[in-house]
Amino acid sequence: MDGVAQLQKQLVDYTASLFQEGFLDEQFNQLQQLQDESNPDFVVEVVSLFFEDSERLLNELAKALELKTIDFRKVDAHVHQFKGSSSSIGAQRVQKVCIAFRNYCEEQNIEGCLKCLQQVKHEYSLVKSKLETLFKIEKQLIAAGGSIPT
Amino acid sequence: MGISTESQFHVLAVDDSLIDRKLIERLLKTSSYQVTTVDSGTKALEFLGVHEDDQSNPDIPSVSPNTHQEVEVNLIITDYCMPGMTGYDLLRKIKESSSLRNIPVVIMSSENVPSRISRCLEEGAEEFFLKPVRLSDVNRLRPHIMKTKPKDQQEDKQENKEEELGKPEFQSREEKEEQQQQQQHHHLQHQHSNSNKRKALEEGLSPDRTRPRYNNGLTTVV
Repeated sequence: MDGVAQLQKQLVDYTASLFQEGFLDEQFNQLQQLQDESNPDFVVEVVSLFFEDSERLLNELAKALELKTIDFRKVDAHVHQFKGSSSSIGAQRVQKVCIAFRNYCEEQNIEGCLKCLQQVKHEYSLVKSKLETLFKIEKQLIAAGGSIPT
Repeated sequence: MGISTESQFHVLAVDDSLIDRKLIERLLKTSSYQVTTVDSGTKALEFLGVHEDDQSNPDIPSVSPNTHQEVEVNLIITDYCMPGMTGYDLLRKIKESSSLRNIPVVIMSSENVPSRISRCLEEGAEEFFLKPVRLSDVNRLRPHIMKTKPKDQQEDKQENKEEELGKPEFQSREEKEEQQQQQQHHHLQHQHSNSNKRKALEEGLSPDRTRPRYNNGLTTVV
């Protein structure tokens, strides 16, 4: 059982680090609490939806900010959605950038918006990669015969 | 949560975000509710059997007597910010409908805007939840849902030790102060014809309009 214990520890430590570094917040815990034997893939499902949705939003944002005349209300609407979805899964750092992003939209500050777009892309790719790693460890743990510690 | 001996309650959840629909559905199912999710206010009204095909009176939705009896909805929970019909618009339409106005409505929003919250509560929303919605919020739905159960199926016993059910029957009468376990909320009482409403405001809002104001510019000598 040494392998399982090791993987469990790896999972616990990795998850803890994501919280410590602010990538994830309490809402992610809430998601995990909603997962059970009858819904064993709930977290992965929701996070996958988040990935798809985020990629769509990032595309829309890039397009909207490339236009000669920027429709800041439209940009803001996309950021609002992104802020909502990141908040719903507990992607704290992404959410924080979205808040700053919305302020720039309100000010109609193009420079600020472009900066935030880069930042949010960066934070999103970080949290995506971290979550993918997390899910990978979980999969390994389950394959080794262990269960995800609650 | 209490022991689920009662028959299933049906909640209609309205949200344009797929992620949030998935979340609210899971939260509600975890609490043993039957759930239908729709992505817009228009679809919600369709589901509820409200047809707005009366061109002369667009503000008064006409209810098709055949369809609305098929689905019994015990509570509607809706997002505030939605394209087209907002949650507030939906709330208004529900309260304007003679057949739907008794269904409790709860609003969710990612933004903590006191004026928005007051407006929704004034319009008849039972509660206002800040997103992301949690299990503890969903637990607060129970007393509102219980109000809509027909008299023969009502359970007056306090199954939920944590929550108190003030009014099992939904009829208009004078409201009394109710004790709630929700420490963060104050309660406003209004008497509206044909409905009982309890209002919960977030801490920080000052609902008491009868408090005399002393700072009216005059110097007062104590």
